[in-house]
Amino acid sequence: MTEFFDEMTAPDGTLRAPYREIGRWFGEEDVARLRAKQREAEEVFRLSGITFNVYGKAEAEERLIPFDIIPRIISHREWQKLSRGIEQRVQAINAFLYDIYHRQEIIRAGRVPAEMIARNEAFLPQMLGVAPPGDIYTHIVGIDLVRTGPDEFYVLEDNARTPSGVSYMLENRETMLKMFPELFSATKVQAVSDYPRNLHRSLAASAPAMTEGDPTVAVLTPGIYNSAYYEHSFLADQMGVELVEGHDLRVTGGRVCMRTTQGYKPIDVLYRRVDDEFLDPLNFNPDSALGVPGIFDVYRAGGITIANAPGTGIADDKAIYSYLPDIVEFYSGEKAILQNVPTWRCADPDSLAYVLDNLTELVVKEVHGSGGYGMLIGPAASKREIAAFRAKLKARPGNYIAQPTLALSTVPIFTRSGLAPRHVDLRPFVLVSPEGVKITPGGLSRVALKKGSLVVNSSQGGGTKDTWVLED
Amino acid sequence: MQLRIRHVTRYDFDAPVPFGLQQLRKTPKSFRNQKVLEWTTEVTGGRKELAFEDCHRNTVELVSFEPNTDHVELVSSGIVEIADTSGIVGPHEGAVPLWLFDRETDRTAAGAGVKALLRDLPEGETLDRLHALSHLIHEAVTYETGASDPDWTAEDALKAGRGVCQDHAHVFISAARALGCPARYVSGYLMMNDREVQEATHAWAETHVDGIGWVGFDVSNGISPDARYVRVATGLDYGEAAPIIGSRTGTAGEDLSVRLEVSQQ
Repeated sequence: MTEFFDEMTAPDGTLRAPYREIGRWFGEEDVARLRAKQREAEEVFRLSGITFNVYGKAEAEERLIPFDIIPRIISHREWQKLSRGIEQRVQAINAFLYDIYHRQEIIRAGRVPAEMIARNEAFLPQMLGVAPPGDIYTHIVGIDLVRTGPDEFYVLEDNARTPSGVSYMLENRETMLKMFPELFSATKVQAVSDYPRNLHRSLAASAPAMTEGDPTVAVLTPGIYNSAYYEHSFLADQMGVELVEGHDLRVTGGRVCMRTTQGYKPIDVLYRRVDDEFLDPLNFNPDSALGVPGIFDVYRAGGITIANAPGTGIADDKAIYSYLPDIVEFYSGEKAILQNVPTWRCADPDSLAYVLDNLTELVVKEVHGSGGYGMLIGPAASKREIAAFRAKLKARPGNYIAQPTLALSTVPIFTRSGLAPRHVDLRPFVLVSPEGVKITPGGLSRVALKKGSLVVNSSQGGGTKDTWVLED
Repeated sequence: MQLRIRHVTRYDFDAPVPFGLQQLRKTPKSFRNQKVLEWTTEVTGGRKELAFEDCHRNTVELVSFEPNTDHVELVSSGIVEIADTSGIVGPHEGAVPLWLFDRETDRTAAGAGVKALLRDLPEGETLDRLHALSHLIHEAVTYETGASDPDWTAEDALKAGRGVCQDHAHVFISAARALGCPARYVSGYLMMNDREVQEATHAWAETHVDGIGWVGFDVSNGISPDARYVRVATGLDYGEAAPIIGSRTGTAGEDLSVRLEVSQQ
């Protein structure tokens, strides 16, 4: 039986410092009152309309992500170190993107093989030679972290193209403030509520040089059938900007404009939640009905900032991930502060052989996958599942990477029988603009609700928690 | 040699078109062997929205239609000075790394047809083999005006045994890449010696040979480009170098007419 690091309770049964106050509070609370509060919290979420769609079912099903009322708590000191590591990593990712779309020094230096880029579907040749304002490609990043010990954090993946979930971070905090105001007077917790204002400011600061007056920002959504539509409308609403779909926009006067009651109005910065392939039927997938014909031409001519930039996916591809420690060192000249999970690239025959021999111990992921779809968790898989995956690996080894099963830390959740430990991860949200890097303290904690489960993805039955970073 | 070019492309629609865009790659490139002395593209029935240089250093202009127009006419004209370099374009330059030109595209994917072609290719020096390849393709795919569809792949043309310059270029690119040579598509103009009014815009292929740089191959005419060839746009295949890519709303039918005049100054 593997030992897991519990973030609340030390092995000797005492509470770790960040959890002392909440532990005392829980001990004094009436369990029946907390149960009622938990139900009340669920009702708040249901009324807010915050839902997501689960793919791969016969009918796309709308679901609430379960919310747990016990906050996940990170100390000021722990956060300081984490945020230094996150900032270093995000700066390196942007430097890497600039380099890959310009001189490709990192390939010339032999630190990343050319094939990793050449054969990668996320690499967008049309971006070669393109420098967005401030040389920023990924403006909004979500770095997925897991913890395995008091001072051990690992990066699981870098969501550099379209990190989602920030609306949950904001709603979770708002709900906790509403339900348990007393907790926030007893403990000083760093605020997250200024995220929408910071997002707007960060986007506006990335406006193209030809912008006149205050930049006009808008959010582009694929529409109501997208699993994150709630978040798109939430963010537009919170920033006080328009939520638009492709058919609301048109290229006119050399700009991308939205229809308003006063005619067409140019957009300076578009926070798009539409994938590269569907962004522009004239330049990319001609069958896309979600995009705006000609938007990429306007982008190339300097008439709009698209955030995140087209082609950003080359940096958060799972095969590139394994090079991130080298990438950080190459551009920052320093060792990476945040560790990577050791990764076997199955494209390499020796690695593939090792992975095939140790499938029951490993986690195998698709290089371009996300959301916990199409992955194998060796220790939890049946013989049949392992046999099926073995066949898939042999057929397309380049499509997979494998990692050891990490001993993810646990945090307490509120269950019928009191507090019980469950595995958790963390997605902090990072904003990058020419004005600098801004990291919201905390982020989204996703927690596996099933006992012993290591999968925290909401699409696979995970829940969320409010995440506290304590004031000094 | 100085060539004077006038290229008129006209679309007549049988019903008003509410909205349309066209992406033009109609401006010849300026590089070592080719100087663009004068060039303009004028639009009626639409207007120029913007211009930029794409990753292949093609000049791209975006044109929007006048609302409910029944025609769009694009008139490109100018004077280009070209040096004869026996098909040698020069060393690789620009933002696109050479390895990108190894990339297979849908139109240039090598299948059974290309593989069969390569089996007939004699051993020898790379450059000699590429010339031999050009002749093999000329034999395998008979030039026939209007024989193919613009969406045809290299394999489609090999299977049909006929095609136009675009198909010849695609087959050559596909086979050159299969031989390990980076290759690209060129769209441009050719002055046929016996006439001023040319049949159509032309297309050929270029491949990169170590120690020489980019070399052009015009399979359709069985030669390497000389001073009568004007390079306009390049790309991995036709899709990236096409003179006009369009998108419009509505269901109007269109009638396309092209007039191309190329003459020596």
